[in-house]
Amino acid sequence: MSNLTRRSPRIDATPWLEALPAMTRLSFRGGPDASAAAARGFGVALPTAACRANAVGPRAALWMGPDEHLLLAPLTDSAALRVALAEALGQTPHSIVDIGHRQVAFLVKGPQAEWLLGTGCPLDLDLGAFPVGMCTRTVYMKSEIYLWRTAADVFHLETWRSFTPYVVDMLIDAAQELVA
Amino acid sequence: MLVIECPYCGARPEPEFAYGGQAHVARPSEPATTTEDELLQYLYLRDNTRGLFRERWRHVRGCGRFFNAIRDTTTDFFVTTYKVGERPDLPGVGA
Repeated sequence: MSNLTRRSPRIDATPWLEALPAMTRLSFRGGPDASAAAARGFGVALPTAACRANAVGPRAALWMGPDEHLLLAPLTDSAALRVALAEALGQTPHSIVDIGHRQVAFLVKGPQAEWLLGTGCPLDLDLGAFPVGMCTRTVYMKSEIYLWRTAADVFHLETWRSFTPYVVDMLIDAAQELVA
Repeated sequence: MLVIECPYCGARPEPEFAYGGQAHVARPSEPATTTEDELLQYLYLRDNTRGLFRERWRHVRGCGRFFNAIRDTTTDFFVTTYKVGERPDLPGVGA
């Protein structure tokens, strides 16, 4: 568990990045009936619009695919959430996979956040094309990332644990431009 | 950069996609009575179309979905993309 909450000194030393604590991440898959039931157990509606996220307090549901959502919640909610979802879903066919240990999250923030991500992400990150509340899987350089814009100049970025040093190093490398 | 229209996510950059080969290749429904020639056709033989071609793509670094596209193999121009199970007719495009 200790390595889950370990903070990266390189992230902390970079003003444009901020490490996020370990959290509960559930990959939820199921049809419209299951999504509606899961929303009752989770307390946050699962978005039906493509590439959109709903956040209520510390919990968030991110659209990842036509039948796939990423559910984010504080680490301490893990056990209670499991029970609540099981009760709400009952016999409705669905799949829930705990991917909390697979991914690491951090924020890319500041007025240069869009530019910084643009150094390796081929998406159009302009506020008009990628508004606040939009989320998606995409790539940064050669690594797959999850990107969620939580404010005009704040991006919630998740990547697989083993890819994190690569993504962070690439971002820090790109940020040298901002230092100079 | 080549921009591909995912039927689920909208216009997205090409590095998010993976090519999936010729579309609408149906697996023989009765394996027991399938001849070697039919199996050969299904497993190995693909069209090598010059021009408009129906092919599969996967939005692997996005929603993860397979979909179909009609692409011009000489110009790389995507005429249209459509979900699995659909099959829009277009003049000049083969089956």
